[in-house]
Amino acid sequence: MEHIRTPKVENVRLLDRSSGQRKASIGTLYLSATHTIFVENNPETRKESWVLHSMVSSVERTPTIPAGSQVILRCKDFRVFQILVPQERDCLDVHTSLVRLSRPEKYSELYCLSFNPNVNKEERQESWSFMDLTADYKRMGLPNNLWVSTAANSEYRVCETYPSELYVPKSATPPIIVGSARFRSRGRFPALSYFHQDTLAAVCRCSQPLSGFSGRCQEDEAMLQALMRANPGSDYIYVVDTRPKLNAMANRAAGKGYENEDHYTNIKLHFIGIENIHVMRSSQQKVIDVGEMRFPSMTDFLYGLENSGWLKHIKAILDAGLFIARAVADEGVSVLVHCSDGWDRTAQACSVASILLDPYYRTIRGLMVLIERDWVSFGHKFSHRYGHLDGDPKEVSPVIDQFVECVWQLSEQFPCAFEFNERFLVAIHTHIYSCQYGTFLGNCQKERRDMRLGERTHSVWPELWKERAQYTNPLYRAEQSQSQGVLRPNTTPYCFKMWKGLYNHAEKSTPPRQSPADFLSTVREESQQLEEELANQQEVPPGGTPHHHLGFRQEDSSPDRGANHVGGGSEEED
Amino acid sequence: MEFSEYIKTANVEDVVLRQPLHPPGRGTLCITGHHLLFSDREEGSCRQVLLLLRNIDAIEKSVENLLTCSGLFSNAGLSQRLDIIGVSRLSGSSGTITIKCKDLRVLQLDIPGMEECLNIARSIETLSCLDSMSELYPFFYRPSNASLWDQWGLLSLERHYSQMKELHDRWRLSTVNRDFSVCPSYPQAVIVPKSTDDDMLEKVAKFRQGGRFPVLCYYHKKNGMVIMRSSQPLTGANRKRCREDEQLLQAVIDGSDKGYIIDTRSSQQALQARMTGGGLESKSCYSSWKRLQRQMERGKALQESLIKLVEACRDESNNMDRWLSKLENSKWLSHVQTALSTAGLLAECVERDGHSVLVHGSEGTDSTLLISTLAQLIMDPSCRTLEGFLTLLEREWVQAGHPFQQRCAHSAHSHARLQQESPVFLLLLDCVWQLWRQFPLALGFSEALLLRLATEAYASDYGTFLGNNQQERCTLGVKENTHCLFQALLRPRERDCYSNPLYEHTELAIWPSVHPQSLQLWRGFFLRWTPQTHHLEEAQEEIRNMVIEWGKLALSSCPAST
Repeated sequence: MEHIRTPKVENVRLLDRSSGQRKASIGTLYLSATHTIFVENNPETRKESWVLHSMVSSVERTPTIPAGSQVILRCKDFRVFQILVPQERDCLDVHTSLVRLSRPEKYSELYCLSFNPNVNKEERQESWSFMDLTADYKRMGLPNNLWVSTAANSEYRVCETYPSELYVPKSATPPIIVGSARFRSRGRFPALSYFHQDTLAAVCRCSQPLSGFSGRCQEDEAMLQALMRANPGSDYIYVVDTRPKLNAMANRAAGKGYENEDHYTNIKLHFIGIENIHVMRSSQQKVIDVGEMRFPSMTDFLYGLENSGWLKHIKAILDAGLFIARAVADEGVSVLVHCSDGWDRTAQACSVASILLDPYYRTIRGLMVLIERDWVSFGHKFSHRYGHLDGDPKEVSPVIDQFVECVWQLSEQFPCAFEFNERFLVAIHTHIYSCQYGTFLGNCQKERRDMRLGERTHSVWPELWKERAQYTNPLYRAEQSQSQGVLRPNTTPYCFKMWKGLYNHAEKSTPPRQSPADFLSTVREESQQLEEELANQQEVPPGGTPHHHLGFRQEDSSPDRGANHVGGGSEEED
Repeated sequence: MEFSEYIKTANVEDVVLRQPLHPPGRGTLCITGHHLLFSDREEGSCRQVLLLLRNIDAIEKSVENLLTCSGLFSNAGLSQRLDIIGVSRLSGSSGTITIKCKDLRVLQLDIPGMEECLNIARSIETLSCLDSMSELYPFFYRPSNASLWDQWGLLSLERHYSQMKELHDRWRLSTVNRDFSVCPSYPQAVIVPKSTDDDMLEKVAKFRQGGRFPVLCYYHKKNGMVIMRSSQPLTGANRKRCREDEQLLQAVIDGSDKGYIIDTRSSQQALQARMTGGGLESKSCYSSWKRLQRQMERGKALQESLIKLVEACRDESNNMDRWLSKLENSKWLSHVQTALSTAGLLAECVERDGHSVLVHGSEGTDSTLLISTLAQLIMDPSCRTLEGFLTLLEREWVQAGHPFQQRCAHSAHSHARLQQESPVFLLLLDCVWQLWRQFPLALGFSEALLLRLATEAYASDYGTFLGNNQQERCTLGVKENTHCLFQALLRPRERDCYSNPLYEHTELAIWPSVHPQSLQLWRGFFLRWTPQTHHLEEAQEEIRNMVIEWGKLALSSCPAST
């Protein structure tokens, strides 16, 4: 609380342009330890807007104008709030407080550590056991006679950023694991991400080898050999380096690099060319700018989109996942994926591959499991990448945003193949940034354990699961051909488009568009109800009259007077 | 004329057909006066592909002689030498014809025999663009489930007028054009202000390009305001006036303070038009009218835009930057944006501001019709049903004289020099699709209907889109000798497929967003022959099934008494 210079300012004007609002509303601004709250003066609505401090990505003060001073809040979910404060002094206080509040320095300041939903200790513990990765490995058929769980990393002895439980080839003995780990950046040795039961091929992941120009390591070579042997159907493996080849080569000068095909027998090296986190960060900023353009022409928009390079990067990630999925499903060849440290591009490529390979990950629960496995458990620097704490801005990068967007692009291509809808993806995106739950805190399992997050915070997954009705795609049919087997997306450039639902809230919420999804969900529920009623009617003589009126359908397609809607200025000449 | 003189080879065996979304098939190819017919001869399958020759936009042929040294033989000695070498024609040479259709499909035929291949190619080239309209397929199409005696067309203007009782006070039906002498591109009957007599209309017609004097095209019941359309006034360089024209327009606004003129040209274009005899309504002569210039691309530029877009969709470089820059460069989506926002402006004038509007560009047969149609869809719920929409198209495009024959002679693939081609109607369908996408519950028809119309406008079994105007259709006897597409689309089976299962009537206007992010490439059309469009179709199918299922359940669970 010591950071709040002024807890309450009256007669403030708030403009939430991202929700399609065009006229500022007048009200009172409150600053709490966790939220900025704005309450409208209008006695009829008293509408409240809550913005979590951890969702604020930047606070900007613009030069004072006669009507007052303005603060612009930009949020990590791409909403933008303009706050006009009558007194410059108050504005300064609000600004200073928000700057500090939106950049917590310690984990203890984060919302999840004060967030206290009304549940008891047992329920909280239960919330953490909702997610069970061992069950997922079991679902894949593991352990079996090819792959086993290893205790090598218990107590995080071999690799600090890896989970304690990992699956490796049966023939990979602890000395091989330890030796290989020493030869890999940050000790991230090759471990299993996904096992494909149909072909017995596997997707494995690691970090780059510390090979430099000529270094080699017997244990690491033995490890890759073991990976190959764990797939009886193939006599080689693919090593997918997700970096551009030039970057990988440059790393050799720093004593890192990539596998030398002369030293490793039976590998095929394949470079993908996904750019690094710095390129992605600036690319996303450009795409956000495109989304924020007020009245762009079609040319401005398409040029901006091209110039951002964003869709090109999304395509590269999807292509990486597709390469892996094809190798595993079509060729039956195992793939070892790495980038530099094996926690950004590697996580993207592996998780996209899993989505393509296994229909389970296209369900609501399956996507949660996948994110838990390939991102949370395998060690992804959530706190750094998503700016949970005030830190090095160069560590921030939209890595998981890109994964979530790949899933969205896929769902646009295959409307019936995913159990969840866009809302679910946006909700996950929000929670990754919000720090309301402990799930995405910290950078690896060890950190979360050391912080005792399991005792002090709650898990987001059961919360999302409870809400699953609103996250369900009504078109999903588990038994349909689109939903089954390997997904084979087309990655021709024309298949990609800007994700309006994420980057442009304004367009999403201006005149409430007619939503076929909501309608179909209702249709679906009603159909189920009717079926039940029918079943009941056969037992009981007909009594109550069922009614099937979908009241909400008469949606307001109310006019919208934005200049980018219709109308606008007129020109006349004689 | 006999088609047979164009057909040197009517049948070829052992032809391989490659077409999108299907595995290649081997079979027999036949060519007739109007069709290419391919029948698969594989065991157990009896797949046939029937392609209307009119649908073919362009062909490319490549003939290769499998003997390595084809260049060595002179044409005359070729067959002789082949005999000497003892090579049969089958193994000796073959040709490939790539067929690019107006519906954007690309087919490939591998034809054994060089001569056969060249003959087929020549026949296609000639028969796919016959000049004489009376030889076109609609005059030969005789489906078993319809009779030439069936009703032709959906709603004549006479009936339209008599149904619109609210018009009768101030508007009348004029048959001044009954013999098409006043305006060759107008229908025989038009609706004009009651106070304007036929003599005046004849004078006004002389003052408007092509005789297209201002006529009523839409009456907004909520406030009695109207949309009129015409062509440009022929003021010329010395700024001629026409009192009758001014009076006619004055009669349109009838006492209300002012009306708007939406001119679909830029101010500069409109001013330049004076040099060639055209012009615009000056402020001084039309003091109650406020002119808005909204430039819309037309003619050749629009055709080139389509060509570029289709080319971009075929780009195989797999390069994102290149795709986005080609998409931008084609400007097609910009044209969609302009059309929708101009239509929005028009609807805004009528519905929100409560003013009558006159729309014209230069000829009044293209962009004028485009925006008046879209504005009606935005404002008027009655033209958002399947019948309503088809009736709207019939009135505003077929009867109003959009020159389909000229505009749709070729599509995006043709190498022929562009003449009067311009995909205005296709642009309309694209804009309607954008509306449909933004308001999935508000339109009573499906995307499949828009796709069907896009195909039929370029090549059809039906007579509906034949000719450039009603006069031509009368001369050809289209009504008597062909079948009507709109009637066919409303038959029960077609109706199922072309109606929107999600449709629910709403009285509200549907204001489209024209923000670039809200407008999308019409994949269903431009990427129609790619597999992922197929996934989207499956989704539509799923939606249809869900709603049907729901309807059945609702029916069966309601006792008859309720």
